[in-house]
Amino acid sequence: MDLAIEWGQVHALLGENGAGKTTLMNVAYGLVRPDSGTILVDGNPVVIHGPQDAIRLGIGMVHQHFMLIPPLTVAENVILGHETVTAGGFVDQRAAEQEVRDLSQRYGLEVDPRARIEGLPVGIQQRVEILKSLYRGARILILDEPTAVLTPQEVIGLFGILRNLAGEGSAIVFITHKLGEVMEVADTITVMRRGKVEATTRPSETNPAGLARLMVGRPVLLRVDKAPARPQRPVLELERLVVHDDRHRVAVDGVALSVHAGEIVGIAGVEGNGQNELAEAIAGLRPDRGGRVLLDGQDVTRATTRHVLHGGLGFIPADRHRMGLVLEHSVSDNLVLSTFDRAPFAQWIIRRFEAVLEYAQRLIKQFDIRAESPSQPAGSLSGGNQQKVVAARELGRQPRALLASQPTRGLDVGSIEFIHRQIVDQRDAGLAVLLISSELDEILSLADRVAVMYRGRIVAILEGDAIDRDRIGLLMAGAA
Amino acid sequence: MIAALQSLHLTELGYLTLLAATPLTLAALGGVLCERSGVVNIALEGIMLTGAFVGYAAALATHNLWLGVLAAMLAGMAIAALHAALSISLLVDQIVSGTVINILAVGITGVYYRTYIQEGTAVGPGILPTWHIPLLDRLPFLGQIFFQGQAITWAMLLLIVVVHVVLFHSVWGLRTRACGEHPLAADTVGINVYLVRYVNVIASGALAGLGGAYFSLQEIGNFLPNITGGRGFIALAAMIFGRWTPVGSFLASLLFAGADAVGARIQGFHNIPYQFLGMLPYVLTIVVVAGAMGRSIAPAAVGRPYKKQ
Amino acid sequence: MTWRRLFRPAAVALAAQPVLSIVCGFLVAGLAVLASGADPVQAFSALFQGAFTNPRAFTETIIATLPYIFLGLAVALGFKAGLFNIGAEGQFYLGAVFGVFIGYSVHGLPGIVHVALALLAGMLGGFLWAAIPGIIKARTGAHEVIITIMLNYVAFQLTDFLINNRGPLADKTSSAPRTPFIQHAAQLPILIPGTRLHAGLFLALIAIPVVWFLLSRTTVGFQIRTVGLNPTAARAAGISVGWTLVITMGISGALAGLAGADEVLGVSHFMPPAFSTGYGFDSIAVALLAKSNPWAILPAAFLFGAMRNGATFMQLQTQVSADLISIVQATVIIFIAAPAIIRWIFRLRHTPAAPVQLAKPDGAAPI
Repeated sequence: MDLAIEWGQVHALLGENGAGKTTLMNVAYGLVRPDSGTILVDGNPVVIHGPQDAIRLGIGMVHQHFMLIPPLTVAENVILGHETVTAGGFVDQRAAEQEVRDLSQRYGLEVDPRARIEGLPVGIQQRVEILKSLYRGARILILDEPTAVLTPQEVIGLFGILRNLAGEGSAIVFITHKLGEVMEVADTITVMRRGKVEATTRPSETNPAGLARLMVGRPVLLRVDKAPARPQRPVLELERLVVHDDRHRVAVDGVALSVHAGEIVGIAGVEGNGQNELAEAIAGLRPDRGGRVLLDGQDVTRATTRHVLHGGLGFIPADRHRMGLVLEHSVSDNLVLSTFDRAPFAQWIIRRFEAVLEYAQRLIKQFDIRAESPSQPAGSLSGGNQQKVVAARELGRQPRALLASQPTRGLDVGSIEFIHRQIVDQRDAGLAVLLISSELDEILSLADRVAVMYRGRIVAILEGDAIDRDRIGLLMAGAA
Repeated sequence: MIAALQSLHLTELGYLTLLAATPLTLAALGGVLCERSGVVNIALEGIMLTGAFVGYAAALATHNLWLGVLAAMLAGMAIAALHAALSISLLVDQIVSGTVINILAVGITGVYYRTYIQEGTAVGPGILPTWHIPLLDRLPFLGQIFFQGQAITWAMLLLIVVVHVVLFHSVWGLRTRACGEHPLAADTVGINVYLVRYVNVIASGALAGLGGAYFSLQEIGNFLPNITGGRGFIALAAMIFGRWTPVGSFLASLLFAGADAVGARIQGFHNIPYQFLGMLPYVLTIVVVAGAMGRSIAPAAVGRPYKKQ
Repeated sequence: MTWRRLFRPAAVALAAQPVLSIVCGFLVAGLAVLASGADPVQAFSALFQGAFTNPRAFTETIIATLPYIFLGLAVALGFKAGLFNIGAEGQFYLGAVFGVFIGYSVHGLPGIVHVALALLAGMLGGFLWAAIPGIIKARTGAHEVIITIMLNYVAFQLTDFLINNRGPLADKTSSAPRTPFIQHAAQLPILIPGTRLHAGLFLALIAIPVVWFLLSRTTVGFQIRTVGLNPTAARAAGISVGWTLVITMGISGALAGLAGADEVLGVSHFMPPAFSTGYGFDSIAVALLAKSNPWAILPAAFLFGAMRNGATFMQLQTQVSADLISIVQATVIIFIAAPAIIRWIFRLRHTPAAPVQLAKPDGAAPI
């Protein structure tokens, strides 16, 4: 893995999720230990054990999730750990504020040093993060997906700041998956894919299409044989759906989509563009702030998860450990996690274990779940089998619509093929499938129609011949 | 004439309130430091009890009240160190750890009280002397409340200021607050979260231990089992009601102690059940914790053990 | 060491931890006794005598065990949902108050009916007192620990008001502050004449399998356990986490209230203003020792009951205060809650799950 960053330049690291960009920079910042290789600063080999070493070498990192302390002020956050002191060990507030003011003027990062973080808009908070690094003398500044949380205006402001910093001689590393930004602000672009450097180039020597191709690579031969879809009536309809994220900002911005029985609609997109919030909102785990969700004609916008699940939605959540399974429960208990209190699995409040067992055995056979016994804890199964349990549970309820989020993440090829097969078979039997995946290959392989999600919006819905890998790659990266 | 009588009444009440607020405030100050760094401390009761006992035992053994006070603080620190070790290093749930300390304190003080004090014959060491500030104590009302008193109460007043200054104006205080709000962020800028928490928990032990010494060395000059009588939990309530600040804790303690003192006074009148005043601190705390106030003003990371990544 | 080979099998190791914790607890307590200048052997033998061998000691031990059974079950049930019910003490009080009230104020009912009614009233009292923190937690996410501790003290004050000093429930004719004696019909019958052993024993012995059944065989129990293990997955599967927490606290409180009513109806037949002396806090240790397993509550409660009963005799016979058992309890909890210590001392094989997994509901507020 070879990478060279130069002084006075903005160097963009471009790639999809999991390409290795963040990991690589975490090594530079001392948060991750490399297995082999060397790091050279100004031509000298260095060893970086932790953030302290990195800071001493002049390397600063602006994380995607800010390391800021909300109730404290800007100045306090900036100086934390390297405080300006008066005699006697007291924090010299005035000196600190002055230093912050000086720094912000010098680099064009306007902030009020006395403001509390919790009241500041995200764009300003980011400036504080940058100031933190500058205060500690960082000349090499690494920014991890900095524009993920910014409005378009704030992005323009950030680019101005980065150009300023580079103009002063600092080296900027800019990790992103967004093509447009890279073309706009970078001097050098390195594209990474699956842990390797694909190419290093300059904006003048390339174009978005070329970059996109480098990002998403050649198609993998992982295709499912499927007959063309025969869509019938719409089962799951999203009308102008608006959902907020945990920070009360708009994550889903007016999504309209309609999934019919007998078709698979795939939502392609890099993670973090609102897909999780969309899935949770449909499943009733997150309140919608606008628009409607209709399931089989019923308005389930305000319905509880229980209502939605029993109304005909199957939900395979993205994180099977946190949300999909209870690892300590047995396989059979997990298979009835949403139906344990209904007939035939329970009579009034007494559980009927024979019925559960029989059902579990049937599903285990049907879905080829490799488990020694239905009563073993789900946590003892392999990842692939665990996901099969989740899939079996949801499909076993014979839903009318299936919402599957990252259904084959982290699985072996055999399990991936199996689950893909199941989804297609169910589609042929009339199931409406909404598939959310950041794995473009999966979308291309399964989806009859492809919707691309970028910054909370569906920027395109493609079908048939229009489903083109390169085009989707561009759309995913916000270009085209 | 009536006015004069009445003012005496109030002054005395004020003085008693300040006295009663002393252990509450001291324990609450300890709680503030501890929780601001991110460690829940429901063991204030047990620490105070231990401090009261050890302080008295030491004073008895050495016939020196001041050594007793010192011993009380050291004992508080020792037992708080146990809480720290359990919850910070061994990752025991902080509530369990605090409960253990409370139970242990009852056990240890009970056992050693029996063998050393109850059977003992020695004359008690007395109580701390009352000092007066010469001119100021002539002031009406305020003079009698604030400018005469015993050492621990003076110490409490001083410590309120000290803790406030340390917490909000010193480097240590800044780092403490960072560890309590966002330990990961503090870690990434090089702060040793474990060390900060350890020191704060032990410091809280010193403060609560001093608060315990109030009972045995300042108030009655003796030790009785369960002398603290749940005051540690009222201190916890005062800390919460005071929004995790030193001054707020003091004011809340005054409020709770005052309600108690007033309640004792009106015990004579049958119509007003004094127990309802006694419930006041607890009900108020529930309201504070349950209301939106409680959620947004506690240190954000308190109660969660920190594991270095 | 050959005994290391004894401890190899994981199953033995699992049971070994509580046993070893108890052993260590007594060892530490013994050291404490030694340090106080008394004789540990003498102390422990007096403890044993007082618990078992003195005349009528055994039945008294059983009587002391009964509240621990109910309260231990109550706390353990809370743990299963990830809740820390420190309010068992206050719920105990409320249950006693409700129970004693029905016990003395209702007249003319046949025995069984009266007893049943009083017991149900006790359960209601405990249920209500525990539902408050449950509801608060479900709606605001506020931590139940501080609320239940506060409610304990409110309960003490409330009881004091009701019974002391000519309060509404006080027996005006009596010189000592207490409620009136309960009706004869409301008393729990004595099982062995000449002792104080009452029919509450049956209740306690029934409560254990009932709680076990609830947790392992009913949908409610499954819900409780699921929420305790993984509230996120529970929510995603359609379980209402808030409701589950309220119900769990409610049942837990009902058990604690039952303990209070049981004590009043079976042992004292009236209620004084100051009642419990720490049963509620000790029961946390019982639940931890039993690792929240309903069946294991029985031996754990028995151990604590024996210690409590024996301690009074030990205090009479020797110089050692009855509070010694608190040292045992605290040490036992330390070793249970920090299994790393035991494992390090005895080099046991690693047993996976921690005894208590406290819930982290989304957006939970700490104290």
